[in-house]
Parts: sequence; C-alpha cells; structure tokens
Amino acid sequence: MDPLILSRLQFAVATYFHFLFVPLTLGLSVLIAIMETLYVRKGDPEYRRMARFWGRVFLTNFVVGVVTGITLEFQFGTNWSGYSRYVGDIFGSLLAIEATAAFFLESTFIAVWALGWNRLSAKAHCVSIWLVAAASNLSAVWILIANSWMQHPVGYVLRNNRAELTDFWAVVSQQYAILTFFHTVAGAYVLTGFVIMGASAYHLLKKQHTSFFSRSFRMGLIMALIFSIFELVEGHLHGADLAEKQPTKLAALEALWETQASAPVYLLALPSPSNDGNLLQWGRIPGVMSLLAHHDPGATVKGLLDFPKEDRPPVLITFLSFRLMVTLGCLFVLLSLAGWFKRNKLQSSPGYLRLMLWATPLPYVACALGWTVAEVGRQPWIVYGLMRTSEAVSPVSTSQVAFTLVGFLVLYSLIGILAFWLMARYIKAGPEPEPITPGN
Amino acid sequence: MLETVWFLLWGILWAVYFVLDGFDLGIGTISPLLGKSEENRKAIYESMAPFWDGNEVWLITAGGVTFAAFPSTYAVMFSALYSPLMLLLFALILRAVALEFRAKLENAAWKKLWDGCLFLGSFVPALLLGVAFSNLFQGIPIDREGIFQGTILTLLNPYGLLGGVLFVLLFAHHGALWLCIRTGASLQDSSARMARRIWILLLAVAASFLAFTAQATSLYENYLSYPVLLVLPALAMAGLVLSRLSLGRRQWWRAWAFSGMAIACATLFGVVGMYPAMIPSSLDAAYSLTIHNSASSALTLKIMLAVALVFVPIVIIYQAWAYRLFLTRSAQQGTASGEAY
Repeated sequence: MDPLILSRLQFAVATYFHFLFVPLTLGLSVLIAIMETLYVRKGDPEYRRMARFWGRVFLTNFVVGVVTGITLEFQFGTNWSGYSRYVGDIFGSLLAIEATAAFFLESTFIAVWALGWNRLSAKAHCVSIWLVAAASNLSAVWILIANSWMQHPVGYVLRNNRAELTDFWAVVSQQYAILTFFHTVAGAYVLTGFVIMGASAYHLLKKQHTSFFSRSFRMGLIMALIFSIFELVEGHLHGADLAEKQPTKLAALEALWETQASAPVYLLALPSPSNDGNLLQWGRIPGVMSLLAHHDPGATVKGLLDFPKEDRPPVLITFLSFRLMVTLGCLFVLLSLAGWFKRNKLQSSPGYLRLMLWATPLPYVACALGWTVAEVGRQPWIVYGLMRTSEAVSPVSTSQVAFTLVGFLVLYSLIGILAFWLMARYIKAGPEPEPITPGN
Repeated sequence: MLETVWFLLWGILWAVYFVLDGFDLGIGTISPLLGKSEENRKAIYESMAPFWDGNEVWLITAGGVTFAAFPSTYAVMFSALYSPLMLLLFALILRAVALEFRAKLENAAWKKLWDGCLFLGSFVPALLLGVAFSNLFQGIPIDREGIFQGTILTLLNPYGLLGGVLFVLLFAHHGALWLCIRTGASLQDSSARMARRIWILLLAVAASFLAFTAQATSLYENYLSYPVLLVLPALAMAGLVLSRLSLGRRQWWRAWAFSGMAIACATLFGVVGMYPAMIPSSLDAAYSLTIHNSASSALTLKIMLAVALVFVPIVIIYQAWAYRLFLTRSAQQGTASGEAY
C-alpha cells in the first residue's frame, strides 16, 4: 500500500461519511423553515411542534455534518499538498469564500435558532431558520463550484508552475457547476422527503400522532415528488453535458468501448475488471446513447478504446454505480407518485407506508452512488485533463496515512452509529406533548 | 503590498480564532477540575453552548484563507504537520460531538464518557496549536521542495512544548474568566480562584517563553529593526497583568477582555516576528516559504480582499448580535437552563 491508495481511501471515507449528513441538512433546514413560516402565518401550534420535533433530528445531523466537513478542508493540505499548491489559487479561494460568506452565517444562526426559542419573537426566530437554510444551501453552491472546477477546469492559465485564475466569473458561472448544483441539491431534497416520509410512516403505522405525521408526510411527499421528477430531467441534461466536457466519463457510464454512430445502450452489460471491454452485453438498443448524449440518434459517440488505457476511469465501478443510481432515481419517482395518489388515504394504506419505511435508506445509497460516478468517473485525473491524482498526493509516509485512516474508520463509525441511533430515538419518541392552551 | 495585507489578515484571523475559541477550549480543559457536581457541569456546558460553533468557524476561515492566499504555505504547513493536525482534527470532532450528544441521554456513564471527550477535545487542540505555532516561529526542517525532513519528535522539542504549555494556560485562564462571567455564584467563586492560580503559572511560562524565543528563534530580528513593534509583546504582558488586576476587583468582563488582548497580541507577536516568512526552514533560509514565494496570483488576492472587506464586517456584526442575545437576557433570567435542547 502506498500513500496514494491510502490517501484516496481516506478521502473517500471522509467524503462518503460527510455526505451521509449533508443532504438532510440541506433539505430539512428548508422544510423546518417552511413549518415555522406556516406557524407564524397561521398560528397553528402544531406547526411549531413540527419545527421543534424535526429540529431535534436536524441538530444532531447538523453537528456531525459540520465536524466531518472540517476534515475535508484540512485533507487537501495534509494528504493532497501537490494539488493544493497547483490549484490553490482557484480552488482555495472558493473554499475560503464558502467559509466567509456561508458557513459563518449557518453556524451562528443555528445556535440562535436552537437556543433562542424563548429569546426571540416568533418572527425573528423564523427568520433565523431561514438564514440557516439559505446559508447551508449557499455553502453547497460554493463547494459544488469548487468540485465542478475539478471536473471541468475553466478561467485559468498555467503560469509559475500552477493554475492561476484569469476569469473568476467563468469559474463561478460555468454550466457544469450549475448542473452539478441542481443535481446535488435536488438529490438532497429527495433524500429529505424520504426521511420525513419514512419516519412519519413509522408513526402512522402505529396509528399515533396521526394529524402531526400526516402533515409531515405530505410535506415530505411534496418535496420528494417535485424534486425526484426534476432530478430525472436534470440528470439527463447533466449526462448530456458530459459528452462535451468529460467524454471518458460519459463512455464509462454506458460502458461504450468503440467509437460509433448510433451508439447503443445495452439492457445488460458487464465491463471487465481489466478495463478494456465488456465481459457480456445483451439487449442492444441502437441509437439510444447517441440520443441521450447528443439528442440525435445518429450522432457519433466516442468510445473508451479511443483513449489511452492510462486515461480511462475504472469502468466497472463507474458503470455499475451509474446504473444503480438511475434505477433508484426512477424508483423514487414511482414511490412519490404512488404517494401522491394515496395522500388522502395514507392511514388505510399500510402496505405503502411499510414500503416507505423500508425505502428510507435508499436515497442515502443513491447519493453515495452519485458521488462515486462523479469522482471515480473523473479518474485518473484529480483535475480533469490537467492534473493526475497520482501527482497530487502529499510527500507523507505510508505509516502516517495508514494510522489516520484507521483513526477515521474507528472514530467515524462510532460517531455515525451514535448519530443515527440518536436520530432514530428522537423519531421513535415522537413529538413533544401538546402545549397546554393559555387560560388553563 | 497585497501579499503583506493578506499576511496581516492571516495573522489577525488566527488571533481572532484563538481569542474566541480559546475560551471554550480553555473551559473544556479545566472542566474536570471545576465540574464537581452535575449542576456545575451543566452550567459549564451551557456557558459555551451558543458560542462554540460560531467560534470554530474562525478556524475554518483561517485554514481557508491560508489555502486561498498562500497555497504553498497551506500545502507545506498541513503536510509537514500531518500527524499533529490529524490529532487536532480528531480532538475537535470529539469535542463537538461531546457538546451535542451529552445532554441527549439521562445516563451517568453516557455523560461521563462525553465529559472525558470534552476534556480531551479541548486540551489536545490547545496543546497542539501551541506546539504547531511555536514550531513555525522556530522554523521546521523543510527542504528545497518543501518536503518535511523530520518526524513528530522533531516537533516535540523543548521550545515547541513550552509553546504548547503556554497555549494551554492562556486558554485555561481565558476560559476560567468566561465562566466567571457566565455562571452563578458557586461556580463563579471557584472559577475565579482557578483563574488566579492559573495566572501565576501563566505569567511564569509567558516570561520564559519570551526569553526562550530569543534563543530558539530569530523572531526578535524584526523587533530589533523596528523597535516600535515591541509594543506587541509589551501589550501581551500588559494584558495579563491588567487581567489579573480586574479579576481582583471582580470585574469579570474586563478581566476576560484583557486576557483576550493578551492572546491576540501574543499571536501577533509571533506572526509579525516571522514576517515575511510564513514557514521558515531550519535547514536553509533559502528554502523558507515567504509571502512572496507562496502567495496566490494578484487577481485571486484582490477578489479575496473584496470578499473579506464585504463579508467580515457583516460576520462581526451578526456574531456580536448573537453574543449579546445570549449574554444580556441570561443575566435577567438567571441561567439558560431548560431552553430548547
């Protein structure tokens, strides 16, 4: 094992783990803000109880998300110093802007919100959760711009042995970043919707707090329905964008080896682990890949064999992750649509509720697969076409990286298990008792 | 010029981080000594609950600004100090989790576990930050390529360790004073007593550190060229003395503010002494990373400056508002207990 493999493993562990908590932060902050707004506008105290109940889940999730995010920032310096030096001019500034413009806001107002129930007016308290929601989604904007620059570097010139910024606007406004942002955030909202529906289904199945959890379920359902459909359309555009910007990743998504016109999609395919062809392919539908990539069934799509072997991503992983992600994405649409038709008779649909309870972890899997497609599909480049991952690694000893990798695995596993256990515990405990009405 | 501006901002960011997170790291460090009863331990947690998260973002910003404005320094600093930084991270993770998880279960063993994590997660970062910064003051063995040629033991030299102890004591003192401000009668008295005890140690360590600095580093060269700069170490020492005087008069706020001044000036004393180097090489001065050979392009520095000039004042305004929100009202309400989560 060399520091490169270990550093990649370590970064993967840190990223996957961090992203177990980010999506729920993005979506739940918005939903809680909506709940509190409804409370302020309608005066119905049940909305306040909803905000408080989901808020407890949110806070535990949030803290673990924050601390694991710090790790990622530091790892660029500790494990990827070659990268930091080479692209710090651009990448570093995006991270710094995220901290200054978004993260401060989020961290300050999360405390104001969590501890300020009795210190602020209902309106001011509601504003504080909106600030948290806006800041966490703004954080995502900056982080995803930074990530998109690794996928499709623009606005720079190579000078003084590094990439130097020449056009800031090009970096922040590029299409790749916009598509990535919508894709990631929509995925996060779908996940949030499913978590809310799953947790609500648990109580609805037990026939307890039915008004509270029917309302919650519907809010989660609307979020999941809108964004799962959006995600399907947007995901397609995102894929088509790859044809131009990351042809190797696009070819890997469908395991297309030979450059061809009317490129097909196979219903079933299995790329070989040796990364030079498919072990089997079956169910050829000609033209579909050309259609998806170029919106023209006759168009020519570049195959992987046209790229030198050392420039191809690991096709097997990319291909399988992509297929599974898309399958899950379609499943989310179907489950949400089914929920829409059952929205008024949830309590008489125990089968559906049970299904939604068991579906809760699936969006987490889909998010992890999405990152696998994005990051493994970019290999062997750390910055696509510009810098190889192997050139980016720090000159640190194997033992140091191995030691911290073990540290991450142990610490993160413990914290992860505890965090999800605590969240499940809150959810099972149900909302606070209804407040005594004034005058009693 | 731009590089110098960013160097100063870089130093100030670290100073602000140490002043703000310093008190809650310090509280965690002394918590095993002060938290004798569950009631006191609860008060200790509540004294920092609304603030620690916002404070820690200054660390993330200090790290982010190092990355953005001086990428080569960021790369060398973080990879050379790999093991201590990772330890620091693990400790900070434990601390955050302890603060969040402790109150979630009514179980003595559970609470005890997180009390232990709070202590470790506060003491270890304070010590490591001190070790790391004094090693930077002294210079670390980096070669022409910026590759670190030492081991973790290289960093645990007498000067580095003295710096670590200095940080631990500065923060512990700062934290004890914060507890004087934030807590009710019983804990206030024991915190004040603790602050007085730490202060004596702190004064001795600070004086030895200043003396040792002359022998172990070349920080004083800048001060000999521009003696007016000596105002920084003088203010740091004055901060310590004034803090003790205010403490004697039970002026908690003032004592805490002077202690903050001491921390800020001590940090700036080191940073200004290093200028224009950011990571001096102990192998050959020619290998040192300076603001000139590690800065970002002028365009990046300009954009970042615009971002900082717009957002940092806004951040300061709302953080100050949040501090006021949780300080003023709690004085009327007694303690903050029973609120929310």
